[in-house]
Amino acid sequence: MNDISDPTSDLPPLTVDGDETGPAISPLREGDDPSKISVASQWTLIWTKFTRNKVAVGAGCVVFFLYFVALFAEVLAPTDPARAQPRLTYAPPQSLAFFTEGENGREWLPHVKGYAMTVDPASLRRSFTVDDGKVIPVGLFVEGTPYKLWGLFPMSTHLIGPLDDKQPMNLLGTDSLGRDLLSRLIYGARISMSIGLIGVISSLVIGTVLGALSGYYGGWVDLAVQRLIEVISAMPTIPLWLGLAAAIPITWSPLKVYFIITLIVSLLAWTSLAREVRGRLFVLKNEDFVTAAILDGSRQRRVIFRHILPSLTSHILAVVTLAIPTMIVAETALSFLGIGLKPPVVSWGVLLQDAQNIRTVATAPWLLIWPSLAVVLAVLSFNFLGDGLRDAADPYES
Amino acid sequence: MAGASDMNSAPEPQVVLSVRDLSIDYHLRTHILHAVRKVSFDLKMGRTTALVGESGSGKSVTARALLRIIDKPATVTSGKITLNGPDGAQRLDRLRENGPEIRRVRGGRIALIFQEPMSSLSPVRTIGAQIVESLLLHRDMTRAEAKAETVRLLRQVEIKNPEQMADRYTFEFSGGMRQRAMIAMALACDPDVLIADEPTTALDVTTQAEIMDLIKRLQTERGMAMLMITHDLGLVAEIADEVAVMRWGRIVEQGSVDRIFHEPQTAYTQKLLGATLKLEKAHDRPAPPTDGEPILSARGLTKGFGAHTWTGKTKWSITAVDDVDLDLWPGENLGIVGESGSGKTTLGKMLLRITEPSTGKILWRPSQSDPPQEVTGMAPNALKAYRGAVRLVFQDPFASLNPRMTVKQVIGDPIHVTGKAQGRALDERVGELLELVGLDRSVMERYPHAFSGGQRQRIGIARALALDPHVIIADEATSALDVSIRAQILDLLLKVQDQLGLSYIFIAHDISTVRYFCDRVAVMHRGKVVETGTAERICTAPEAPYTKALISAVPSPDPRNKRMSLRTRFDI
Repeated sequence: MNDISDPTSDLPPLTVDGDETGPAISPLREGDDPSKISVASQWTLIWTKFTRNKVAVGAGCVVFFLYFVALFAEVLAPTDPARAQPRLTYAPPQSLAFFTEGENGREWLPHVKGYAMTVDPASLRRSFTVDDGKVIPVGLFVEGTPYKLWGLFPMSTHLIGPLDDKQPMNLLGTDSLGRDLLSRLIYGARISMSIGLIGVISSLVIGTVLGALSGYYGGWVDLAVQRLIEVISAMPTIPLWLGLAAAIPITWSPLKVYFIITLIVSLLAWTSLAREVRGRLFVLKNEDFVTAAILDGSRQRRVIFRHILPSLTSHILAVVTLAIPTMIVAETALSFLGIGLKPPVVSWGVLLQDAQNIRTVATAPWLLIWPSLAVVLAVLSFNFLGDGLRDAADPYES
Repeated sequence: MAGASDMNSAPEPQVVLSVRDLSIDYHLRTHILHAVRKVSFDLKMGRTTALVGESGSGKSVTARALLRIIDKPATVTSGKITLNGPDGAQRLDRLRENGPEIRRVRGGRIALIFQEPMSSLSPVRTIGAQIVESLLLHRDMTRAEAKAETVRLLRQVEIKNPEQMADRYTFEFSGGMRQRAMIAMALACDPDVLIADEPTTALDVTTQAEIMDLIKRLQTERGMAMLMITHDLGLVAEIADEVAVMRWGRIVEQGSVDRIFHEPQTAYTQKLLGATLKLEKAHDRPAPPTDGEPILSARGLTKGFGAHTWTGKTKWSITAVDDVDLDLWPGENLGIVGESGSGKTTLGKMLLRITEPSTGKILWRPSQSDPPQEVTGMAPNALKAYRGAVRLVFQDPFASLNPRMTVKQVIGDPIHVTGKAQGRALDERVGELLELVGLDRSVMERYPHAFSGGQRQRIGIARALALDPHVIIADEATSALDVSIRAQILDLLLKVQDQLGLSYIFIAHDISTVRYFCDRVAVMHRGKVVETGTAERICTAPEAPYTKALISAVPSPDPRNKRMSLRTRFDI
């Protein structure tokens, strides 16, 4: 404490600035105009706040990417996920290379290396090694296995694939039947990501309706709904899923099973959403602006839909985003246990079924690693995105 | 520096804390707010310095910066804070945040009293335990000594039965008692500086007078320096020695209380004082005749709240409004005055049937020739028409406007719902209403968050006027506003009344606004109307003992005429 200015020095003269018309403000970044905010709607404000959270924006991009992959699975996958290559079971991942060492030095040629197979004479187990001599040229937008995009448009173009369709290209390896894991993962995204979405939409409907009834009317309606929620939340989920899933007739088509599984998962997941909606409604219905709307002569329906619900939408969006990963995990868990989706449907949970025994994991670890990474990536991204949305959901809080 | 020699020669009391060029920035979502800009002041032994300013002027954050307890979005960008003591001067701004040195200063040398005693005391520990903790932290005491000291402190702040009260929890205390306990805690370690941040804003005017008496007495006894933060110029005149007026983060004027009040130099201080003094007298408007038929009457209006067991036995019950009779004549401004819990807001809500009365009648006479209609038994359609004619202006300008609707939607909603106008006619009507309340037509597309409190209240008034009402019930319509805005809003209401021939029921706890605005006043206490009369008479010659105590506890905005200490006391 050696640099203490004399505390008794006279007060400095006041800088009188009579022209000031408001508090002193400077923009956060050069060129921003703070006055623009005055005509900004709630969504603009939410967006401004959301984009401030870089992690959430990144997670949002990942989620967007995953849905993009799910939507265009046929084009993005190098081959048909069901195409078995009996000669290439448990083939390890090949790595992509861009240059070959030719006679004229390095040459631009995207390619993967072929496999050389050896058979153990004692156990007859096949093992693969990379054969540097075999160059399989690959390219973008190549013609390959024909498919129908969204089951409608016959096409045969793949984003990436071997120029010669007969040559193997398995960037993430193959499974026990020699099917390409990358293609299966991409198709699996379609099922796993959509089961979350569809499941959440049905629980959103149940949750919002029951939560809104419970919150707006209160009294015995509230009592009944809340007790129902408590009973449902008290049920142990895994045995219940097991029971419900076991009740599905095995004769049903995989698609039908898929919808029933979604329904089962969502039937148990609406409770938290209903509670959230109820809590918000309890707060909102006593807000002054809602009283004002009633005094203005608005009917009950208008009060709910015009004044209360718009204040809820952003919160619901955040809750929904946080509910999707629960759904994804639930589907994965059920399928892994063999009671959810079953082959030939491809989902991440179904892919993980292949990695159930330790022998497989030891010989073909990629069967465990890639599907689990996909699940972890999806769940984490949704959680980060949901957290970001929840923080941004009410732009009018201080 | 040159100032050192002045100190010895001047008879001025010793400077305990000095602040030089303090600046604080807030990094907000949309911009950086320079909340405090180059603020300098001194706190002197035994003297009270008042930091006065309207909301957002940066006065509270300045006080918090002295203790280094400002929160995340705010940062101190420059300034020196020097605390002088027996062991020499200490630069508070240099200390590590939350380091041992600053913690020794907090509570030990500088104590802080907050505005809201409920949230600043722990609800899960007894009052006594909290004071004992503070004593053990800062003073070298055994637990038994600390307990004895706690009782002594509670007695000093005039809490009755301090031995028993020390074992009570905060929620068992009333607002005034909590603030006393808070003061006892602040004084526990014999601080040199006491910072009081709006210490009485959350309290009723009679309690405020008692608390200010107490603070003042303790300060003189102990010779503390006090920094008093307030927006209430009346309170400043009553207790401050020196005043610094803040506006938009800057001190615009500082000096002795007498000079600030009697020779204000800057336009802003003059305006602030003008607004306060304006509310000290009645507006010059002849009272409307009260010989015709009243437009709105209440007879025997009662509201009880309570809970029953399922067998129908009463668990508990209170009567919020007890047998109230009221009459409002056309063109009249009727004030309803009372402290918190007196039932005035419940009364206002019952008049609009937002809350259903337990018993009693509300009579509504749309015009002088019509027979009165009974509001209490109205069918939904008739009630809708009644609510179009009797409108409400809310207290909180922030909560009463839907933040997700534009100004046009907010003001246009009642017109749209009742089907009075559509499309362009609606736009035109909203524009007219905006101009009527002194806003520009062009703000229609903006959202409420773009407006200040006063402007929002104007929007709220425009919404109330949208349906061509006869009566407007203003429930504490100005109490959330700064004093300069308050006068503007009152003048706006009077101007609109002139143009449209309205009657007002004005519910308030603030005597000065009622005196300025109202023709007649009903004083409520514990659910009952204790006195009714003309505003001038109630304010100058009250008759009921409660009214006398209430009126005399109002601080006077003139340091040469302090009246709070001469007040009449009223014990229930």
